[in-house]
Amino acid sequence: MRTLLALLLLLAASFAYAHKPSDSYLAIRAEGSNVSGQWDIALRDLDFAIGLDDSGDGDITWGEVKAHHADIAAYALARLKLRSKGADCPTHATEFLVDDHSDGAYSVMRFAATCPEEVATLEISYSLFADLDPQHRGLLRLEHGVATRTAIFGPERVTQSFELAKISALTQFVDYAREGVWHIWIGFDHILFLLSLLLPAVLVFDAGRWQAVPRFPPAFWDVFKIVTSFTVAHSITLSLAALGVISLPSRLVESAIATSVVLAALNNVFPLVHGRRWMVAFAFGLIHGFGFASVLRDLGLPQGALLIALVGFNLGVEVGQLAIVSAFLPVAYALRASWFYRRLVFIGGSLAIVVVAGIWLVERAFNMKIITP
Amino acid sequence: MCTFRTSIIGTVIEGLRALAIASFAAAACAAPYVPKDDATVLERLPVRPGDPIARELRQLRAELTADPRKRETAVRLAGRYFELASSEGDPRYVGYAQAALKPWWHLPAPPLDVLVMRAILKQYSHDFSGAMRDLEAATREDPKNARAWSWRAAIHMVQANYEKAREDCLALLKVESELYAVGCMAYLDGTTGKAAVAHRALSAALAKNADAPREVKVWVLTRLAEMSLRQGDVKQAEGHFRAAYFEPINDQFLLAAYADFLLDQGRPDEVIPLLVDWVKSDILLLRLALAEQALKSPKAREHIEALRSRFDAAALRGDKLHQQEEARFNLYLLGNKEKALALARENWKLQREPRDARMLLEAALAMKDPEAAQEALDWLERSGHEDPLLRRTAEKLKALKR
Repeated sequence: MRTLLALLLLLAASFAYAHKPSDSYLAIRAEGSNVSGQWDIALRDLDFAIGLDDSGDGDITWGEVKAHHADIAAYALARLKLRSKGADCPTHATEFLVDDHSDGAYSVMRFAATCPEEVATLEISYSLFADLDPQHRGLLRLEHGVATRTAIFGPERVTQSFELAKISALTQFVDYAREGVWHIWIGFDHILFLLSLLLPAVLVFDAGRWQAVPRFPPAFWDVFKIVTSFTVAHSITLSLAALGVISLPSRLVESAIATSVVLAALNNVFPLVHGRRWMVAFAFGLIHGFGFASVLRDLGLPQGALLIALVGFNLGVEVGQLAIVSAFLPVAYALRASWFYRRLVFIGGSLAIVVVAGIWLVERAFNMKIITP
Repeated sequence: MCTFRTSIIGTVIEGLRALAIASFAAAACAAPYVPKDDATVLERLPVRPGDPIARELRQLRAELTADPRKRETAVRLAGRYFELASSEGDPRYVGYAQAALKPWWHLPAPPLDVLVMRAILKQYSHDFSGAMRDLEAATREDPKNARAWSWRAAIHMVQANYEKAREDCLALLKVESELYAVGCMAYLDGTTGKAAVAHRALSAALAKNADAPREVKVWVLTRLAEMSLRQGDVKQAEGHFRAAYFEPINDQFLLAAYADFLLDQGRPDEVIPLLVDWVKSDILLLRLALAEQALKSPKAREHIEALRSRFDAAALRGDKLHQQEEARFNLYLLGNKEKALALARENWKLQREPRDARMLLEAALAMKDPEAAQEALDWLERSGHEDPLLRRTAEKLKALKR
């Protein structure tokens, strides 16, 4: 009977891998002499290796996984060796979570390691499940500075070395500055806020209505004051938040940013504040700084070069901002007296910004409701 | 990185679309979490610990742990795991089987039983040349080894090496009972332009062996259905598929072939109940998503995303084992013809079964690039394969050349 069974199985050879094979996902971040990581390992594989299903009912519950966290850490970390210059960097688990990947639930273990000195070349030996399942692979994502590398570990590639490029202060500075520019470019809410304040810069509110400014210098200085005070304000909060002096819940920050855009745009249609818009820019700039800080946090701040990264990112944001302003101002000045600018761009544009930012506000507030039951 | 801020609406017009994309993005990169309740079930094991199979595996494993060089136990355990890999479609078990054979895995000339088992495991990972080397050694050592001959035939069929496959089937004829040897020959004939003869021979053999194991019956019926289709007899094919389907065993290959038949016949609505419980299997999820797309079902989107993430995961790992399926996914579910053709061509280098040829022909037709499918066109000529569907696609391709 086996014979034809063999045939029938094989004749579907290209069907062989109907399921995803066993992989683990290993993310490692190296900074100075510190290494931190997150390791996602399939519960099914852990169950086969150390047994998780204590109740023996075929279901793995969170309670069962929790009871085995120490075993998981001991088993897995014994099969992951980090070395630098021939010296071990001892690892320890810091946090346990779970995650759902496309083929089932994974245990997520966060861990930390400390090497004797700053890591120049990180040697990683990976032998998880090597004795149980030679088909198992470890998929590594290694982050250093803003650079990311990937590698695959398996029985044929147990030990691999990764040279961590010596990151010069200059490259670090440029990298973070580039992130800053990129962030202002994709951060529509900051752009719209700035535009809401800049749109009236080529107009003056006089005798109950908006009129074109007669000369360029006042418009320029108005813009200069707005941009400078926005910059000063968000630099203050960005630094404070990035250094961990102040921290605000991101939901609050995101909603406040959306509100600031709505208010700034509404002020163009129904003017309450005019003439001293730089003060508005300063006040709301403080809120936007917290928003930038969350991006910087996601990027990860290099411990050794905190100041460089902070200044670089901040300058990047300014450069991005200046690019927008210098594209905007000449065009706005040229068109300022036209019906097109005053009605369509100024009023219509402001209203459109109110609508978009209003949607953000609802979206972010709505999100808030979903998250907190 | 899956931060909230990147999913912001660009303009009001783009708004709804962006929102839809954002919600997908959020689903695709759900962040790690801590479950609220200890009783939350995170994972269901495919084999319950109380199962007789699980008990047997545990016992064999325990024996092997006590003495890892106990060959008979190792080969038996490997065989058990291989059967599980085939029925569950889960390659983990092939890894477990390989681990059981560890003391012999790199030996140049292991004992016969290990040799055959090792070949079987190698072919599963598409190491066809390595598998063939082991099988040739096995049949040299034991010319009456039916199992080794049948695997040889099977690998030669996958490589479209029909002369070699015929020799293997003939060797099998001398050592095996009728149904199996006839099955081997009929499979060969059915692929190479003699579907009517093959169908007659195989149905007669099945009628004579009504007591054959269910797995074998399902296999024979699925092959008979394919032979009927190659002769253009849709009704007869459906009869075979239904007979196989009502055998009380789960067979992914049957389900895939039956689903393909229904999709080709323009009956996607019947595919849904067939496959709705099989989303864990990539090959069946692909067919389910194809049916859902044809029916404009809202579930299609979710399943396409799931498939995308599985193919991405395979790419991360460096696997090239799904290329035929991935080509189909790209051609019909993503509309990415160029990538589909590249994958189908890559796949053809390794596997040359009729469905591999079909994929290559269809991808080339979509790209209006008949040269790209030249090897499949040549194969169709040389093998005399009859499937009207493939022949029609080939005609359309040839018309493009003129």
